[in-house]
Amino acid sequence: MPDAVITIADLSKTYASGFAALKHVSLEIERGEILALLGPNGAGKTTLISIVCGIVTPSDGTVTVGGHDIVRDYRNSRKMIGLVPQELTTDAFETVWATVSHSRGLFGKKPNPEHIEKVLRELSLWDKKDSKIMQLSGGMKRRVMIAKALSHEPEVLFLDEPTAGVDVELRKDMWAMIRRLRAAGTTIILTTHYIAEAEEMADRIGIIQHGELVLVEEKAELMRKLGKKQLTLTLQERLEALPEALKPYALELAADGESLVYTYDAQAERSGISGLLADLGSAGVRFRDLRTSESSLEDIFVSLVRDAS
Amino acid sequence: MNLEAIKAIYKFEMARTFRTPLQSLISPVISTSLYFVVFGAAIGSRITEIEGVSYGAFILPGLIMLMILTQSVANGSFGIYFPKFLGTIYELLSAPVSSFETVVGYVGAAATKSIILGVLVLATAWFFVPIRIDHPFWMLAFLVLTAITFSLVGFIIGIWAKGMEQLQTVPLLIITPLTFLGGTFYSLSVLPPFWQAVSLFNPVVYLISGFRWAFYGIADVDISISVAATLGFLAICLAIVSWMFRTGYRLKS
Repeated sequence: MPDAVITIADLSKTYASGFAALKHVSLEIERGEILALLGPNGAGKTTLISIVCGIVTPSDGTVTVGGHDIVRDYRNSRKMIGLVPQELTTDAFETVWATVSHSRGLFGKKPNPEHIEKVLRELSLWDKKDSKIMQLSGGMKRRVMIAKALSHEPEVLFLDEPTAGVDVELRKDMWAMIRRLRAAGTTIILTTHYIAEAEEMADRIGIIQHGELVLVEEKAELMRKLGKKQLTLTLQERLEALPEALKPYALELAADGESLVYTYDAQAERSGISGLLADLGSAGVRFRDLRTSESSLEDIFVSLVRDAS
Repeated sequence: MNLEAIKAIYKFEMARTFRTPLQSLISPVISTSLYFVVFGAAIGSRITEIEGVSYGAFILPGLIMLMILTQSVANGSFGIYFPKFLGTIYELLSAPVSSFETVVGYVGAAATKSIILGVLVLATAWFFVPIRIDHPFWMLAFLVLTAITFSLVGFIIGIWAKGMEQLQTVPLLIITPLTFLGGTFYSLSVLPPFWQAVSLFNPVVYLISGFRWAFYGIADVDISISVAATLGFLAICLAIVSWMFRTGYRLKS
């Protein structure tokens, strides 16, 4: 990889309980990309993020951020990182302004009211800057947590389930914000349950399952490689069984006998559709309607996770 | 050294104090002052002077210590327990802050508050009892060292505590009894020899004795022992805290 900002090598984590949350994960994250980590609950996504950010101690393996080892040179690695954790954990009595300024100080940066103002304005928090955090709605608190993570101008931003439990408007705002940050050169790693989100935002997608990185792939490549197209034919008359002549097409006949599904590779030289249609005609199978569908990232994800387990 | 982080933690903690002045400043001063009124004025008038010091004045150093100890422990423990409880500790753990800087920020703020309270009580006492300070330097030294040491004790409890109950248990069941039995209200010499010997196992005895010596030049134990004990407690607390951070004890998994 030309310019990796985070290098994770053979990282493992076994908790004191004996639970192996991560098993030999290696991953390079490119500067300026948006990487989405997908995986079912408990797969190890949050553990991975927590190790890189310094909240969880790795059992084995190394991580460098911007070339700085996260253990030996934690000051320099952590300075580069902003973290928005999954849980809504905020102070209650502090004002928005105070808590965001506090975060900047913790990360060793001198006060910079202009930057804080810019962050708050971008997150539509400016008119709430003097409100106590406990007076804010859940969505607003989520914005505050993002503002805290951005207060020290990080080069790498971790978003752990950023849009869990937020309304449509805020989700769109966040997506817009993530795009702006990327345009400014920030590397973004997000975990999500909303596969549509990964499909929408990510450059690359990593799938974690049972503590292992099942795959990491350019999104477009992943969709191309693993995506399937299906042609569904709605028949004019019920079909009890498939005619012998149609066997080579591996068609699926619906249980009610009223539709046929043909799965094909859209990237292949020959999809076989014209042959199928001709053979259908000669076999006397007539159809009322036809439609094609393409598998979404969600279908791909579900089938990968099912295969891996 | 991440000075900005120390400043940020310190400011954050001090803001917490001044946001609730009634609870954090006024009420400890009032409750301590009540002791002067009750013990000093009401009961003290029936008790003869102890080694040339009126009873009201005699109990003052012990009362200030009582308050410093309980307030330091309470502040030190709350400051770190609360982020743990709320989950906001994630930010501290992910920040480029060393354990030393964390301790300086939290313990510094907790100790500052105790010292402010100590000075306020001392100033209040001036109105009620005749006070003299023979050794001002040592008075300040004991005040500051004790505030720091017990803020560290609080910090340790705050990291150790898994719930509110544990957080309250140590101050209520250990610190307060030790202080009451540590010679706040009496000179150890009034005790039978057996209980005098037992009292010497109470660490608070050395703190109160040294602090009282700084005021009136009278002490239950030699002043050098008090100084050594105070520094010894400080060293023990520092050792425990550094072990906690090295191992990530109850902070990191």
